[in-house]
Amino acid sequence: MGKTIAQKIFDDHRVGTPDTDVHVIRLDAVFCHEITTPPAIVDLQQRCKDRVFDPARIKVVIDHVSPAKDSKTALQGMILREWARRHGIVDFFDIGTNGVCHALFPEKGFVRPGYTVIMGDSHTCTHGAFGAFAAGVGTTDLEVGILKGVCAFRTPETIRINITGTLPDGVFAKDVILSVIGRIGVNGATNKVIEFAGLVVDAMDMEARMTLCNMAIEAGGTCGICAPDRITVDYLWPFIKDKYESPDEALAAFSKYLPDSDASYDQTIDHNVSNLTPMVTFGYKPDNVKPVSEMAGTPVDQVYIGSCTNARISDLRIAARVLAGKRISDTVRAILSPATPKVYNQALEEGLIKTFMDAGFCVTNPTCGACLGMSNGVLANGEVCAATTNRNFNGRMGKGGMVHLVSPATAAATAIAGTIANSPLYTE
Amino acid sequence: MKSFSGKALFLDRPDINTDEIIPAKYLTEISRDALAPYLLEDLKLDGFDPATDIAGKRVIITRANFGCGSSREHAPWALAANGINLVVGECFARIFRQNMFNCGMMAVELPADTIARLFSTFADLETTVQTDVDAGTITFSAEGESKIIPFTLSGFDADLVTAGGWVEYADANF
Ligand code: SF4
Repeated sequence: MGKTIAQKIFDDHRVGTPDTDVHVIRLDAVFCHEITTPPAIVDLQQRCKDRVFDPARIKVVIDHVSPAKDSKTALQGMILREWARRHGIVDFFDIGTNGVCHALFPEKGFVRPGYTVIMGDSHTCTHGAFGAFAAGVGTTDLEVGILKGVCAFRTPETIRINITGTLPDGVFAKDVILSVIGRIGVNGATNKVIEFAGLVVDAMDMEARMTLCNMAIEAGGTCGICAPDRITVDYLWPFIKDKYESPDEALAAFSKYLPDSDASYDQTIDHNVSNLTPMVTFGYKPDNVKPVSEMAGTPVDQVYIGSCTNARISDLRIAARVLAGKRISDTVRAILSPATPKVYNQALEEGLIKTFMDAGFCVTNPTCGACLGMSNGVLANGEVCAATTNRNFNGRMGKGGMVHLVSPATAAATAIAGTIANSPLYTE
Repeated sequence: MKSFSGKALFLDRPDINTDEIIPAKYLTEISRDALAPYLLEDLKLDGFDPATDIAGKRVIITRANFGCGSSREHAPWALAANGINLVVGECFARIFRQNMFNCGMMAVELPADTIARLFSTFADLETTVQTDVDAGTITFSAEGESKIIPFTLSGFDADLVTAGGWVEYADANF
């Protein structure tokens, strides 16, 4: 019987099977941020185990609340900063170079096909876009990852989702993943890996694939994975060009992680997107989704373009296309948080930031900020926000606030209309 | 190995979630001990008062699906900060259960009728629990009543408990 991508990666990394169905795998990278890592650091110190398995394979960022907003968040940053210095962790991204972890680390070339990655953050699944196994974990698992470079997982059962058909103009990866979650539900992939495949995925650039994999967790998935291909190689080429003679050689090496044609899947779903329209969530669960047209006219107080789901340069370009020469509605406040300094800079160079500001957007530094309701755009009780983020849980962006998840195009159109609206990029 | 014995606290309700065990507003605390005063602060259970009912208790006996909801590992930490390392119930939410064993603590599952008998016999008495991990028994005793209940752990779970958690186990084995 053939193997899935995750099974092949596990076979490559297994260092022990302490029980039936428990696989201890070697980690290629451990990512850390300032919310979940400090408790692990403090615990390691208390155990007199203040060590790291390999400073070169630990990548650290302060991103969730940056700059710090109060004494507690300042302390979180301080603990992380001192720990990184103490252990000679070179890849540490502080104010000035920091950005949202799941956008920043891929941009630095830290994820490669076949890699195993953990982080104390549920959206670590984003990095599966590179053909890696990347999973969010709890603090003790993170602690062991930091100390020993290993993590234990159950056998990775895989759901294959073939995205078929042709994606209509004005419909984006965000709409695709919202429709998938709407179809399989918030528990549809619990404890499973989702392999995203099909011609639509093959045609997506890496940024779109990251958007897709980012929300695998919203269906309960441990990781979302896309098979590595020429697009993956081209994205990574600046980082791997010393290792391989040519992109073709890299591609041949990575093809080791393609799924076998007779791989055994827990479930296979064909998801045709030819008739897909822009989607929006309407409740407090990410599987409450419907077409934007059915929600059109719903007033919003705030529009937020940011987060690890949709604040990369391609997202900003699309939103700016919708905003060009327009003003946002008087009844709305709109915030743009570019995901990383590189995205911010590129948007400046391309004139996109001017477009956003001329339209009336407030532009913040790169940070998670409002996505988790901690800073930079927290909602008041009863307020409504259209956001390009990934979670619409009750109170996620502020106690008593309501979040509608949308694509950057829909967010921009909604900012102009003041109510949920389809973008002109989409014609029914 | 941690201690799994001492006075029992009976929580007679299924589906006690991690928000009830430790509310989200305390997640910015960095030290695990700082969570101690807030354990079960928001538990919705008639007659339960965290201010008076938790002190001195070392073992929780509860119904089904304890630890459901958010995956926060702060839930077992808040228990441990109060000296509680053992929860006995019909079944547990998956992540909570793994977090417990990862911390070298135990979430022991017993059949529903056994749990029901424990509640009817002991819930209203001053009950003491004596756990023998090697023998796989938990002895409940109160005012002349005594019951020895056998339990089993998977090999990996037992190894984590013996080692004192996943950190110690992994450091010794990998
Ligand atoms: S942007 Fe939001 S979802 Fe992404 S890592 Fe930050 S807080 Fe989490």
